[in-house]
Amino acid sequence: MSDAAILPFERAEPSASLPRPIFPLAVRGLALSYGATQVLAGVDLDLGARGCTVVMGPNGAGKSLLLKLLHGLIAPSGGVIDWAGQSPSEVTRRQALVFQRPVLLRRSVGANIDFVLKARGLPRATVRERRTALLAHVGLAEKTDLPARRLSGGEAQRLALARALATEPEVLFLDEPTASLDPASALAIEEIVTRARDLGTRVIFVTHDVGQARRLADDVVFLHRGRVAEHRPAEAFFAAPRSEAAAGYLAGRIVV
Amino acid sequence: MQGIAEAISLALELVLRADADLLEIVVLSLRVSLTATLTACLIGLPLGALLAVARFPGRQAAIVVVNALMGLPPVVVGLLVYLHLSRAGPLGFLGLLYTPSAMIIAQTILIAPIVTALSRQVLEDLHGEYAEQFRSLCLSRSQMVGALLWDGRFSLMTVALAGFGRAVAEVGAVIVVGGNIDHLTRVMTTAIALETSRGDLALALALGMVLLVIALGVNAAVQGVRINAARHAHV
Repeated sequence: MSDAAILPFERAEPSASLPRPIFPLAVRGLALSYGATQVLAGVDLDLGARGCTVVMGPNGAGKSLLLKLLHGLIAPSGGVIDWAGQSPSEVTRRQALVFQRPVLLRRSVGANIDFVLKARGLPRATVRERRTALLAHVGLAEKTDLPARRLSGGEAQRLALARALATEPEVLFLDEPTASLDPASALAIEEIVTRARDLGTRVIFVTHDVGQARRLADDVVFLHRGRVAEHRPAEAFFAAPRSEAAAGYLAGRIVV
Repeated sequence: MQGIAEAISLALELVLRADADLLEIVVLSLRVSLTATLTACLIGLPLGALLAVARFPGRQAAIVVVNALMGLPPVVVGLLVYLHLSRAGPLGFLGLLYTPSAMIIAQTILIAPIVTALSRQVLEDLHGEYAEQFRSLCLSRSQMVGALLWDGRFSLMTVALAGFGRAVAEVGAVIVVGGNIDHLTRVMTTAIALETSRGDLALALALGMVLLVIALGVNAAVQGVRINAARHAHV
C-alpha cells in the first residue's frame, strides 16, 4: 500500500475557514421502535472528535440501527442526536458509511470512485489524481479497469472503503465490514481503517469480533437489548467489563 | 390467387434481388419504428426512473395507470391521434395526418407506456439495492436517476428492444393515421395486410420474411446484450 503522505483525506485542524465542527456528539434518550417493537431505548452516548469507537453487542442489540441513526439514514422515534448543535441530516454529507455487504455500482473499480468524486463536483484532474491515490492506498491500483462486481469479497470491501474515504469524511461509520471476510482480508481492512483514524478521521466501527475490537478500539460501546450497557475506554472495558452482559459476551458465553 | 409454393418462390426472389418497392417499405418501417422507439425512450426512461425513485402522493395510482397503458389497443391509439391530427382536430393545422410523422406519433404513444412501465420496474429493483448508499452519499434526485439509468443500461436496452418489437409489428395505429399510401406511408405491416387482401401473396410473404428476420434480430440483440452484460459482470 502506498505512503500515507499522498493520501488525499488527511484531516486538517479546525480553523475559521472550515465548516462548523461536528463534535462533540451528544445522544440523549435515543429511541427507535417499529410498531410495538422497541429496538433502541434510552440510548445516551457522548463521543469526542478523535479515535476509534467500537460498537459491540449480540445480534439484535441495535448496533447497525444506531449507526444509521447517527448517520441520518433513519429517523429516531424519540430522543436527540446532537452533532455539536447540528442534526444528523445536516452532517450526513460530512460522514461516510461502509455497509456489511458492499454496495458497488455496476461499473469498473475506478468508475466507482469517480462517481462519488464527480457527484461532489470535483474537477476531472482532481478526480483522476484522487482515484489513483485511493486505489493505490487500498491495494487495488491494478484493478482500476476491472468490473467492480468481479472483485473478491475482501477487494470489494476495500473498494467500498476507498469510495467512502474519497468523500473525505470527518466521521467514518463501518457496519461489520469484515463479517464475511477471511483473516487476511479483514486485517487489510483494519490497516486502512487504522490509517484513516491516525490521519484524523473519526471512526465508529461495529463488530462482533472481540479480537478485532481489541486491536482497533480506543473506546467501546456495548449495546444490549437496545440500550448502552457500557461505554468505557477500551483498555478498561476489556480488562474488567462492568456489565454482566458484556462480561458474558467477552467470555464467549451466549448473550441474548 | 397464387399457390403457396409459387408465392414463396416469388417472395424469395423479391428479397434476394432487393426489390425497390420492398426496400422502400422496409426502410420506411424501420425509420418510423426506430424514431418512435427513440422518442418513447426519451420520454419513458426518465419517467420510469422518476417513478422508481420519487415518493409522492398518487405514485401507486400513477404506476397502475402506466402499467394499464401497456395494453393500449393500437387502433384506439390510432383513432385518438387521428382525431387530434385531422383537419377539424386541435392539431389539424400541423398537416401531419397521413404522413410518417403521424405514424411516429402514434407508435410513440403506443410504446412509451411500455418503456416507462418496464424501466420503472428495472430501476426500482436497482434502486432498492442502491438506496441507502445513495442517501449516505447525499446524492440529489437527478444524480440518483442518472446513476440508475447508467447502471441499468443493459436491462434498459432490452426494454427499448421490447418497445421496438412492439412498434415494428403493429398495424392498427399506423394504418389509421398513415393511411397506407403507396410510396408515402406504406410500412411492412400495412403492406402485408393490403397485399394479402388483394391476393398478392408474394410481396406479403416477402415482407413477412423481412419482419420475421427483424423479430429474430431483435431477440438475438436482446440475448447478445445479456451475454455481454454477464461477461462484463455488470448484472
